[in-house]
Amino acid sequence: MSQTLLASITVFVLAVFLGFELISRVPTLLHTPLMSGTNAIHGIILVGAMLIAGSADSDLEKVLAFVAVVFGTINVVGGFLVTDRMLEMFKRKPAERDE
Amino acid sequence: MTLAISQTNINFAYLVASVCLIIGIKRLSSPATARSGNVIAAVGMGIAIAFTFLDPDIDTYWIILAGMAVGTVIGIASARMVKMTAIPQMVALFNGVGGGAAALIAAAEFHRLTPESGHVLPEWMGAMLFSAMIGSISFSGSLVAFAKLQELLPGSPIVFRGQQLVNGLLFAGLLGAGVAAGATEAGIWAVVLLLGALLFGVLLVLPIGGADMPVVISLLNAFTGLAAASAGFVLENTALIIGGTLVGASGTLLTVLMGRAMNRSLANVLFGAFGAPAPAAAGGPAASADGKSYREVTAEDAAVMLAYASRVVVVPGYGLAVAQAQHNVRELADLLEQRGVDVKYAIHPVAGRMPGHMNVLLAEANVPYPQLYDMEDVNPEFPRTDVALIIGANDVTNPAARDDPESPLYGMPILNVDQSANVVVLKRSMSPGFAGIDNDLFYRPNTTMLFGDAKSSVEKLVAAVKAA
Repeated sequence: MSQTLLASITVFVLAVFLGFELISRVPTLLHTPLMSGTNAIHGIILVGAMLIAGSADSDLEKVLAFVAVVFGTINVVGGFLVTDRMLEMFKRKPAERDE
Repeated sequence: MTLAISQTNINFAYLVASVCLIIGIKRLSSPATARSGNVIAAVGMGIAIAFTFLDPDIDTYWIILAGMAVGTVIGIASARMVKMTAIPQMVALFNGVGGGAAALIAAAEFHRLTPESGHVLPEWMGAMLFSAMIGSISFSGSLVAFAKLQELLPGSPIVFRGQQLVNGLLFAGLLGAGVAAGATEAGIWAVVLLLGALLFGVLLVLPIGGADMPVVISLLNAFTGLAAASAGFVLENTALIIGGTLVGASGTLLTVLMGRAMNRSLANVLFGAFGAPAPAAAGGPAASADGKSYREVTAEDAAVMLAYASRVVVVPGYGLAVAQAQHNVRELADLLEQRGVDVKYAIHPVAGRMPGHMNVLLAEANVPYPQLYDMEDVNPEFPRTDVALIIGANDVTNPAARDDPESPLYGMPILNVDQSANVVVLKRSMSPGFAGIDNDLFYRPNTTMLFGDAKSSVEKLVAAVKAA
């Protein structure tokens, strides 16, 4: 096994544990925004799409990479904006009639 | 021309970005910090994207810039213009395109690496094929979930004989195609794998009923995360591995938590009760009409009932969301409170189309937070409630979920509205709810129906309460 692969696996295993720990105590109220927020975070796939698009050789790769960049960008931009819209609603609530 | 800086510097930036993502997720899981958590995660994402531009491997920028321009326009437009009620399906859609991106990256890498046959590291090959398969399943599955929530497809389960067998065989075939693609490095097998996985995603989600859709979207969300992490192994990119894995792990846990909130296991959601229609559902809506009768009520009568009650519980559902009646409902509740009526809102964990959906809508109408009650807290209240006012909620109030082991809903926790002295149901018609199941509540002697669009019905109630 190469050092690079081992390092990748190490990062992967630690991130699995971290992912579980991070949200172990989340109220039901936040299930949807949290799903939406993590949905935006896997938009990190855009980084992969950029790397492919920037070094594509053949036309087929260029087309695939272009669509991948479009998809990844929609995931990131749409994901974070929709999550923010959801959470904005939560924030406004105690505004006027909090006793 | 390149803007390249060293790989070490880029990896350091990825580390900073990863820390932002982690803090972001942490803050997203608490109400007070959630919004800033989203912003911090977005900043982390921005850092990762910005430094990727400086990667020495990138020599052409126009594809990236063009793709980003198109994606940004679509992303902003769809996130901005979507109505609050349609947000669940937007989440499904954004998840789907993420999965699609992972599959496309895997396909492009496969095409780039395989001509030098024999040089593809086995771990790269495995990760590529995994990413292609899971990404495709997530893509097509999310699109079906979107279509169901958008009501382009029927929300009720779509089943056919031998479905589980077909799915099982197809999955075995996918694994076979994956092995063949890995062994022969032939593009045709990779295409078979991609197309087969797309089909599998469709078949996986079709038999799942609308009420379970949030759980499924959450599962597909975790899938996309894993597909992204897998792509990270191929590209040896730590940002992808960390970001993708965090979502894969937290998404899996979130899926389990959501299932638990609905009192259902994941296996049950995917293969269980909703997948196999109960005998009653097979007869269609006509079966509900025979022998059972319901009572209609005028807005005036219902208003009097409400105005002279001492305890009222409002049960909001999807009908309220569709009609955008939240502001009118608050006006009604305020009027009742001025008359000394105690008003509570009962929020079922999956009322509307997603957990938290109702809280969002009512918060938008400035309903005071202390008036919102979770299911566990409000259920003991119903026996002493004078009027339960149900606004466009259906399946979450169906007593069959509690009493009838034959019902496909059986086992789902419900709001025990039928224990109230009176139940007033605001509904457009007698048609069944999203799960496609008739609601026995409507035929009970203490239940009356007020037909019409939720918003206009509530407006009528407001006017009538003022007059009462």
